[in-house]
Amino acid sequence: MLDSFIVISLIKVFVVFAVLMTTLAYLQWVERKVIAHIQVRPGPYRVGPHGLLQPLADVIKLITKEDLVPPYVNKPLYLAAPFLAITMALLSISVIPFGPAIQVAGHRTLMQLTDLNIGVVFVLAVSSMGVYGIALAGWASNNKYALLGGLRSSAQMISYELPMSLAIAAPLLISNTLSLRELVERQSGSILSWNVLHGPFPQVISFIIFLIAAFAETNRVPFDLPEAENELVAGFHTEYSSMKFASFFMAEYANMITVSSMATLLFLGGWVAPWPAQYGSSLVPTLIFAIAGLVALYHGVNFSRKRDKYTLPAFGVIFLIIAAVFLLPMVQSWLLPLFWFCAKTGMILFAFMWVRGTLPRFRYDQLMSFTWKFLFPVAMLNLLVTGFLVAWTTK
Amino acid sequence: MDVILFLVFAIIAVVCAINVVVQNHPISSAISLVGVMGSLAILYLLLGAEFIAAAQVIVYAGAIMVLFVFVIMLLNAGAETRKGRSLMVQAVGVPLAIALLGSLAFFVQRLYPRDMVHFGGFQGGSALAVGRALFTTYLLPFEITSILVLIAIVGAIVLARKELD
Amino acid sequence: MTGVPVSWFLTLSAVLFVLGVCGFLFRRNIITVFMSIELMLNAVNLTFITFSYQLKQVNGHLFAFFVMVVAAAEAAVGLAIILTVFKNRNTLNIDEVNSMKN
Repeated sequence: MLDSFIVISLIKVFVVFAVLMTTLAYLQWVERKVIAHIQVRPGPYRVGPHGLLQPLADVIKLITKEDLVPPYVNKPLYLAAPFLAITMALLSISVIPFGPAIQVAGHRTLMQLTDLNIGVVFVLAVSSMGVYGIALAGWASNNKYALLGGLRSSAQMISYELPMSLAIAAPLLISNTLSLRELVERQSGSILSWNVLHGPFPQVISFIIFLIAAFAETNRVPFDLPEAENELVAGFHTEYSSMKFASFFMAEYANMITVSSMATLLFLGGWVAPWPAQYGSSLVPTLIFAIAGLVALYHGVNFSRKRDKYTLPAFGVIFLIIAAVFLLPMVQSWLLPLFWFCAKTGMILFAFMWVRGTLPRFRYDQLMSFTWKFLFPVAMLNLLVTGFLVAWTTK
Repeated sequence: MDVILFLVFAIIAVVCAINVVVQNHPISSAISLVGVMGSLAILYLLLGAEFIAAAQVIVYAGAIMVLFVFVIMLLNAGAETRKGRSLMVQAVGVPLAIALLGSLAFFVQRLYPRDMVHFGGFQGGSALAVGRALFTTYLLPFEITSILVLIAIVGAIVLARKELD
Repeated sequence: MTGVPVSWFLTLSAVLFVLGVCGFLFRRNIITVFMSIELMLNAVNLTFITFSYQLKQVNGHLFAFFVMVVAAAEAAVGLAIILTVFKNRNTLNIDEVNSMKN
C-alpha cells in the first residue's frame, strides 16, 4: 500500500508543479492584458496570436540574461533569499484542495497534495516564513534602497498578518475545523451555505478584511510601495538579475494564487456550485464556454484587425469543444468542481489585477496606520461579534 | 523511518545551534536560530504536537526571529571583534559545560531507558485538545498572559519611540 | 527499532540547553546573548512536549504554549531595551555597558 501512495503522490506533485508553473506564466499574460484593456490599449499582441506566446518569450529572455552576482553582496544570504521566497510560496500550495476525491485507474485519491488537519495554520505559518526571503534579499544586497525596500516590505507583511489571521479566525468559528478539505465540505449545499453568507453572522466583513490583508501580504497595489519602480529603484530586488529575479516574480504570483485560493476555500465555498446540480448548475460551464465560442466566432467573421481572421475562429472552435467536454458524464465528477474552484479563484485574481489597474498606491505611513488603527480593531470586533453570535445560537 | 527523521532533524538542530553560538556576525546567528526552530517544529510533529509545531513556526520563527532580524538590520550591528574575549574563561568554561551536559545526559538515560516515540503515538495534540485545555483548565494563565503581552506592547512602544522634544 | 527512544529527545534538549548556556556566558554581543536565551527556551519547550508525549496528556503542550507567549513578550521588551542602550551608548558590546554613568 505504501508504494502506490508514494507513486500517486509523486504523480500529483509533478502534475501540480507543471500546471502551477504554466499558470504562473499565463497569469502574467492575463494581468498585462487586463491592465492594458483598462488603459484602452491592446497589450501584448504580436508574439503569437493575441500575445499568447509572450510568457514564453519572457521566460527565454529571463533565462538567457546575464546572471550577474555583484561583488559587494553577502553571497550566502544573496543566493538563499530567492530560494527561500519561492520555496515558501510553492509550499503553501501543497495543501490547497482543488476538488473532491477522484478515482484514477482504480485508486481513490484526493485532488490535493496532502490533507493536513492543521491546514489553515500551516498556510499561515508558511506565509510567515516568506517574510525572510524579502528581508534577507534587502539585507544581502548591501544597498541602501534594497535595504529600505526589504525592511518596509517585511514590516508591512508582518503587520498585515494580524488582521488576516483574525479575519481567518471568524469563518473558522462557524466551520469548526482547521482542515481545508473539511472546511469546504461543511459549506456544501448552495450559495446560502457558503461562509460568506451563512450562519448567524454572514462573514462579509471578514471577507473584505481578508482581501485587503491579502493585497498587502502579496505586496500588490495599492500596497506595493516597497517594490515600486519610481520610489525605491526596484526595492528589495534591485540587485537581482535573470533567474533570481524571476524567482521573486514567481513567488509573488504564487502567493497571489495561494491567498486567492484561501479566500475561495474559507469564504466562497471552494468547489461547491452556487445551486445544487439537480437544478442545472452543471450546465453553467457549458453555457459560459459556448457563449465565449460563439462570440469569438462572430468576431472572427467580422474581424477588426487583420490577424483576427484566422485566430479568432480557431479560438471559437476550441471554446465550443471545451463546452462539449463539460457535458460528458464521465469527466463531470471531477471537472465540474475543478471548474467552480478555478472560476472563483480566477474572479478574485481578476479583482487583484483590476485593483492594480485602477488604484494609486498608499504612502508608507498611511499604510501602517491603516492596519494598526483601523483594520486590526475592525477585525477584532468582527471576531468578537461572530464568536458571540455563534455561542448564542449553538445549543 | 522515525529514527531517520529524528536523526536528520536533530543533527540539523545541533549544527544550527552550534552556529548560533560560534558565528561572528549576529545575522548569521539569527538565521541559524531560525533553522533550529524549524527543525524543532518538525520534531514536535514527530511527537504529535501538531498545533504547537504550527504555533512555533508562526510565533517563534515567523515573528520573534523576524523582530531580531529587523533590529540587527536597523542597528547595522557589525561582526563582533575578538578583543573582549578571554581565553581563560573559555578554557575553564567549556569543560564545565561538557560536564553539565554529561551529567544531564546520564541522568536522562538512567531514568527513561525504555519508552519509545512513534509517529502518531499521541493523538491528543490537535488544535481541539489544546484549545479545550487552554480555555477550561488554563483559563487564568491565559488571561494573565494576555495582560502580560499588553504590558510588553506598551513598554516596547514607550522605550522605542522618538522623544518629542 | 521502529520508534525513537524518549531519552534521545531529552538528550537533544540537554545539548541545546547547554549550547544556549555557552552562548549566554561566552559571547559579548548583546543580541547574540539574547538569542542564546531564546535557544535555552526552545530546549525547554522540547522537554515539555516530550514529557507530554510520554505521559499522554496535553498539559505539556499548554506549558510550551505559555513559554512561547512569554518569550515573545520578553523578546519585544528586550529588543526595545537594546535599541535604547544602543542609542545612548552607541555600542553593542556588553563589556562596555558596565556602568550606570553615561
